[in-house]
Amino acid sequence: METLLSLTIGLLIAAAVYLMLARNVLRFLFGMLLLSNAVNLLIFTAGRLTFGVPSFVPEGAKLPPEDAANALPQALVLTAIVIGFGLFAFALVLVFRAYTSLGTLESAKMRVAEPEEEKA
Amino acid sequence: MSWILVTPLLVPFATAIAAFLLRHRPAGAWISVAGSAAALAASIVLLTAVLQQGVVAGQMGGWPAPFGITLVADRLSAVMVVITAITGLAVALYATAEVTERMRYLGFHALFQVLLAGVTGAFLTGDIFNLYVWFEVMLISSFGLLILGGRPAQIDGGIKYVTINLISTIFFLSATGLLYGMTGSLNMADLSQLIPRVENQGLITVVAMMFMVAFGIKAAVFPLFFWLPASYHTPAFSVSAVFAGLLTKVGVYALIRVFTLIFDHDTGYTHTVLLWVACLTMVTGVLGAAAQMDFRKILSFHIISQIGYMILGLALLTPLALAGAVFYLVHHIIVKANLFLVAGVAERLTGSTALGRIGGLYTHAPLLALLFLIPAFSLAGFPPLSGFWAKYVLVKASLDIEHWIAAAVALAVGLLTIFSMTKIWGEAFWPPHPDGVEPKLSRLTRAERWRLLTPIAALATMTVIIGLFPQPFITFAEGAAAQLLDKTAYVDAVLGAQE
Repeated sequence: METLLSLTIGLLIAAAVYLMLARNVLRFLFGMLLLSNAVNLLIFTAGRLTFGVPSFVPEGAKLPPEDAANALPQALVLTAIVIGFGLFAFALVLVFRAYTSLGTLESAKMRVAEPEEEKA
Repeated sequence: MSWILVTPLLVPFATAIAAFLLRHRPAGAWISVAGSAAALAASIVLLTAVLQQGVVAGQMGGWPAPFGITLVADRLSAVMVVITAITGLAVALYATAEVTERMRYLGFHALFQVLLAGVTGAFLTGDIFNLYVWFEVMLISSFGLLILGGRPAQIDGGIKYVTINLISTIFFLSATGLLYGMTGSLNMADLSQLIPRVENQGLITVVAMMFMVAFGIKAAVFPLFFWLPASYHTPAFSVSAVFAGLLTKVGVYALIRVFTLIFDHDTGYTHTVLLWVACLTMVTGVLGAAAQMDFRKILSFHIISQIGYMILGLALLTPLALAGAVFYLVHHIIVKANLFLVAGVAERLTGSTALGRIGGLYTHAPLLALLFLIPAFSLAGFPPLSGFWAKYVLVKASLDIEHWIAAAVALAVGLLTIFSMTKIWGEAFWPPHPDGVEPKLSRLTRAERWRLLTPIAALATMTVIIGLFPQPFITFAEGAAAQLLDKTAYVDAVLGAQE
């Protein structure tokens, strides 16, 4: 299971890097989305995978069973998903604004803040 | 004890809500000023407590560390919280005159207070995942502030700022996940105990380098600084000032915290990398500034070169060098925020920040000229201003351990800083205005003058005071450095604070 997830994460990151190397800002954003999901899976996998045992303490016991699921990585991933979603929504709107006010999605052509020196 | 730790956080959040509700009235701006003053009072209470009792720690929600949410303040955290509140108050007052009605209606003051809360939270948290969350709080509000107003230059700068910060966030998050996988803990004090017990120390170094990249992007160190000069000159001057003063310094703080408390297992490797990063950051920043011809762009590049000094203090890792880094942080935040505030007034009087198109400030606004010279000379390290002592301590620290290159770079960069500051002086202040405009301070209304110049004057006074009476500040910084190097007080305060 770990191997499969590791391969998936690797594939996701590879695809994300490929997209992020594009000059089009929208493609970059989609790469970003893939990357953040890859990282969520990474946290999930790094926090150990367990099968079928819920993270509850059985009645009468003081500790959960030895092989119970660890709820913390899932809580981390949940937080990261929420934050990542908010950031992505903001970034999408920003890119849309950039397209309407700068008239381009090519990152190389976005030179309003740093105009190129006029060549003599 | 935990209310001392929580108030500096709750006050800005409460202020943000009040400012948002009052956003259609002028009172919204004054709520922000009052809230910042209250936050300053709360942070001073915290600093006094830290000075009296050593490290103060509290567990939120009643769960003992390392399971609960830990807030912890040692000297470094406490002084950073105070300085955040000081900058917040100065900029909040300045913003009452600068921020337009429309920006206020769009929630400027609320975002500003949330930003301050995020910064404060990052300084106070004792948990690496919460540090991530506070970074996000800070980021989201900084995104909003940066593009508020919506001019094309702001959107353009915003795209670069947002994308690179998202990448930094992802590095941070994955490093945190991997660290948890290896140690099973997220509490920083607990991590510092667990790291030596991890079998494969090489993997720890890999994670440490991921943290270095993540925080390095936030701190704008070489070679990860390109987003900073691309965006910092575009928003409102109040926003530039608070970004310049605080945001990159949160990155520096995080680097100092993580590389003294958690990752000190292989300093021969990690801190050597930091050392070269520091030297290259100083040099590229100052050279970048030399090539610019815009008031704010010059200042932006100088942020980068100054960050190098602080990282140098961390990289040398002697008690004196760390004390120098702490002193530098405090001095730099005051000076840098102030220079951006001065740039804002200069732009109002002369109509531009492009150095070729302005002038005449010395003849017509001598007071502003004086208020520029104090932080500018302090930045360059002229005695008897605060920057001189900050540089002096760091140079002495590098000479003490016979690190000649670092000392030489630090001194040479100081010289080049004077060059940039004289360039601003020689273009904006000394010659007459090219269009014959007379930039007198009386062009501002009385209320504007008062609100714009009081914060500048107050920050300049602090620079002079630190410069004239450096001893208590240096002693404080040495105490902070001792706490950073000897982790027992911090660890005991957090892990021993179990009821």
